[in-house]
Amino acid sequence: MLGFLKRYARNPAAVVGLLLVLAVIGMALSAPFVFPRDPLSLAGRPLQWPMDNPRFWLGTDNTGRDIAAQIFHGARVSLLIGLVATVIAIAIGIVIGAISGFYGGWVDDVLMRVTEAFQTLPNFILLLVLVAVFGSDITFVTIAIGIVSWPPSARLTRAEFLTLRNREFVQACRVLGMRDAQIIFREILPNALPPVIVYASVIMAVAILLESALAFLNLSDPNVPSWGNLIGAGRGVLRVQWYVSAIPGVVILLTVLGVSLVGQGLNDALNPRLKGR
Amino acid sequence: MSDNTLLSIEGLTVALPKGADRPHALEDVSLRLAPNEILCVVGESGSGKSLTAGAVMGLLPEGVRATSGRILFEGRDLLALPPAEMRRLRGARIGMVFQEPMTALNPLRRIGSQIAEMFRIHTQLSGAEIDRRVLALLADVRIPDPEGAARAYPHELSGGQRQRAMIAMALALEPKLLICDEPTTALDVTTQAQILHLIRDMQRRTGTAVLFITHDFGVVADIADRVAVMRRGLLVEQGPAGEVLNRPQHPYTRALVAAVPPLAPPPAQPISGEVVLEIDHVSKTYRKGGWLKRNRRVTHAVKDVSLSLPRGGTLGIVGESGSGKSTLARCIVRLLDPDGGAIRLEGKDRLALSREELRKAAPQVQMVFQDPYASLNPRRRVGELVAQGPIIHGTPKAEAYERARELFALVGLDPAALDRFPHEFSGGQRQRIGLARALAMRPRVLVADEPVSALDVSVQAQVLKLLARLRVQLGLSIVFITHDLRVAAQLCDHVAVMREGEVVENGTVAEVFARPSHDYTRALMAAIPGQGWTPPVAFGSEEPV
Repeated sequence: MLGFLKRYARNPAAVVGLLLVLAVIGMALSAPFVFPRDPLSLAGRPLQWPMDNPRFWLGTDNTGRDIAAQIFHGARVSLLIGLVATVIAIAIGIVIGAISGFYGGWVDDVLMRVTEAFQTLPNFILLLVLVAVFGSDITFVTIAIGIVSWPPSARLTRAEFLTLRNREFVQACRVLGMRDAQIIFREILPNALPPVIVYASVIMAVAILLESALAFLNLSDPNVPSWGNLIGAGRGVLRVQWYVSAIPGVVILLTVLGVSLVGQGLNDALNPRLKGR
Repeated sequence: MSDNTLLSIEGLTVALPKGADRPHALEDVSLRLAPNEILCVVGESGSGKSLTAGAVMGLLPEGVRATSGRILFEGRDLLALPPAEMRRLRGARIGMVFQEPMTALNPLRRIGSQIAEMFRIHTQLSGAEIDRRVLALLADVRIPDPEGAARAYPHELSGGQRQRAMIAMALALEPKLLICDEPTTALDVTTQAQILHLIRDMQRRTGTAVLFITHDFGVVADIADRVAVMRRGLLVEQGPAGEVLNRPQHPYTRALVAAVPPLAPPPAQPISGEVVLEIDHVSKTYRKGGWLKRNRRVTHAVKDVSLSLPRGGTLGIVGESGSGKSTLARCIVRLLDPDGGAIRLEGKDRLALSREELRKAAPQVQMVFQDPYASLNPRRRVGELVAQGPIIHGTPKAEAYERARELFALVGLDPAALDRFPHEFSGGQRQRIGLARALAMRPRVLVADEPVSALDVSVQAQVLKLLARLRVQLGLSIVFITHDLRVAAQLCDHVAVMREGEVVENGTVAEVFARPSHDYTRALMAAIPGQGWTPPVAFGSEEPV
C-alpha cells in the first residue's frame, strides 16, 4: 500500500488531479457551514457582477441567487451524482462482464448482444428517453446515468476474464472443488479489477458532464442546486452576463480534469510496468 | 592464436538499469571463437548467456549497455562501430537464429520473400537470381517441397520447418559467424534432433563458426566443440567439450552436470498389484467451428486410451506436443469431460458423478500444474492458497493452517513464509507451494502435468528428488505427464508413450527403455540429446550453492 502511494506521488499530474478532487470534496463538505442559507433562495439584486458586492464574491444570477453558494452546494450534488452513477455502472458492468467472460458460449452471446444494444444507442439520447419516461427527480437522473454508462465496463471486465479464466490458478481452484461464484468473485475478480477501477474515473467524469448537459436543457431536477442548473439558468443572459454560465463551467472543467488525472495516475501506479514504455 | 580467432570477447561488462536485481548483467566475460568451431554457452535463466549473444549482435535491450570491454570480430571492435557499419555486418557476416521461429518470422509475409530480403538488402542480385538462391537454400536445409515452402506463410509450416527456414535465412549470405539462441528449446525432441543435426551439418559444410546458446547439457554433448559455462553474469568455466562434460572442475558446473537425469532408470521398486486408478477406453474430441458444416474442424485429442495406475506407483505419460497427454490429464481431474469411456478411482467411475458430487469428491484427485508463475493466484498469500482447499471442504481454519505449516516443512519451505505472496518466491519454490496445495487435500491420486518443464535444470533435479521422496514417504500414486524421457526414466515405474491421441506403447520403465517395441518409441529414444554421454557426477548428488 505504501509502495502504491509512493508510485502515485511520483507523478506530478496525478498529484495535481488529487488536489483538485480534494478541493471539490472540501467545498462539498464545507457548504452547509460557509453558506448556511438555502442556496436556491433569493439573496440579493439579480445579475451583480463578481467582486462588485463583497457579500456575493462570485456575483448573483438572473434570479438574484448567490452563485458562490450554488457552486459550493452544487459540488455535493455533482459529486454524489458522479459517485452513485459510477457505482451503479461499474456494478452492472462487473456482474455482466464477469459472467459473460467466465462462462462463454451462449451466455456470453446473449449478454454481449444486450451490451451492444446499449452501446449502439448514443448514451445521451438514451438518457433523454429514460428521463422523459421516468421523470427528472434527482434519484432517477442518477440511476439513469448509471444505466447508460455500464457497457464499456462490462466489455472491459469480460476481456480481463477471458484471459484470466484459462490461467492455471483458476483451474487449480476448480480442481480444489471451489464453487463458480467463489471462483468468479473471490479469485478472478480481484485480478481483473485494476483496469476497471481506472475506467471508473472516466465514467465519473462523464456522469458529471451528462448531468450538466441534462440540466442545461432544463431536464434535470430543478429543485437541487447543481452546476448544470446554474449553467442552464445563465443561458438566457449569456451574451452580456456570461459569468453566470462561465463560473460553473470552469468548475466542471476543473473537476472533470481532476478526476481524469487521478484516473491516469491510478493507471500508472497500478500498472508500473507499462509506464516505462 | 590471435590470427586464428574470428570472434573475441574481451573483458565484456554489461550494466543493467538501476533497480535491477544486480548491477551487472555480464561481468568481465572473455570468450574466443575460432572459425569452423561450435562454442556452446551454457547457463540457467538469468546467467547472461542470451545477453552475450545480444551484445555481439548489437541487440541489447533498452537501458542495458556495455560499459567496458571489447568485442572483436575479424579484428574490428563491434562495440565501437557506428550503426550503419553494424547493419552491414548483421545478416551478411553474422547470422542469427532465434528461439521461437513463429515470433521471429513476420506472420504476414511469405517465407520465400523473407529469405529473399537478405539478398535484396545486402546484394545487387537480380530478381530471378534471388529466387533461384532462395530455392537452393530451402533445399539445403532439407525442407520438403522447397517451392511450396517458399510460397507458404509462417503459420502454414510446422515448428521444425519454420526453424529450418530461419536457418536458411541466417545462412543465406554465408556469414562467418552464426549465433543460435536456444534454437531448439521450443521444439519437440524428434524435431530438435533433426535441427541439431542440420546445424552441425551446415556448419561442417560451410566452415562457419557457431556461438550456440543453450541450457541443455544433452544438446551440448551432441553439438559442442568447446563449452563455456555461465552463472549470474560470470564465466565460471570454459574448455574443450570433452573436458568440461566429463571432468567438470567448477562446483557449479559439477552441480549442473549432476542435475541432468541419466537415461538408465534406477532399480525398480516393488509395487502393489492393486489398481487405484483405471482409465478405460477414454476418448476426447474437440469440435471447432461455425455454423457451416464445412468450417467445422474435429480433433481427436485422446483416442480410446486405456491405462491403469497401481497404488503407490507412478505412471509416466510421455509424448510430444499435440500427443494428447495434457488433455488426458485434464480428463482425469475432470477439468475436461471426455466423450466416452470410464475413469475409475478405486472402482468408482468419476465420469458418472454429477457436478455437485464431483465437487465433494474433489480431494480424491489433485493436480500439480506446469507453469509455476500462472498456477498461483498472485493476490493471495501462499498460506491461504494451501489452506483454502481443506477449508472449502469443511476443515476448521486453524486446523487447515496447521496442516499448511506441516506441508511447507514437508516440501522443504520455511513454515514462517506462510503469509508471503507468491511473487516473493522463485520458480522452484512456487512449484513446491503448488505441490503443498495439492497434498493438503490428501489425494488418492496426484496428477502432475509437466511439473518440472518450466524450471531450470538444477531446480528441476531438486523438485524431482522431492517428488521421489514424497512418493515413498506418503505412498503417493502419481500420474506424471512429461515430454522428457530422461525425467520419466528417473521417476516413473510405468511408462505410456502417446502419439496423436493414442497410446502406442505401455510397460514398465525398464522394459520400455531397454526394449522399445514401437517404432515411434524407438524414434523418441533415438532423438534424446546427449545419448553418448553419461554424466560423470551422480544424479542430484551435488547442488549449486
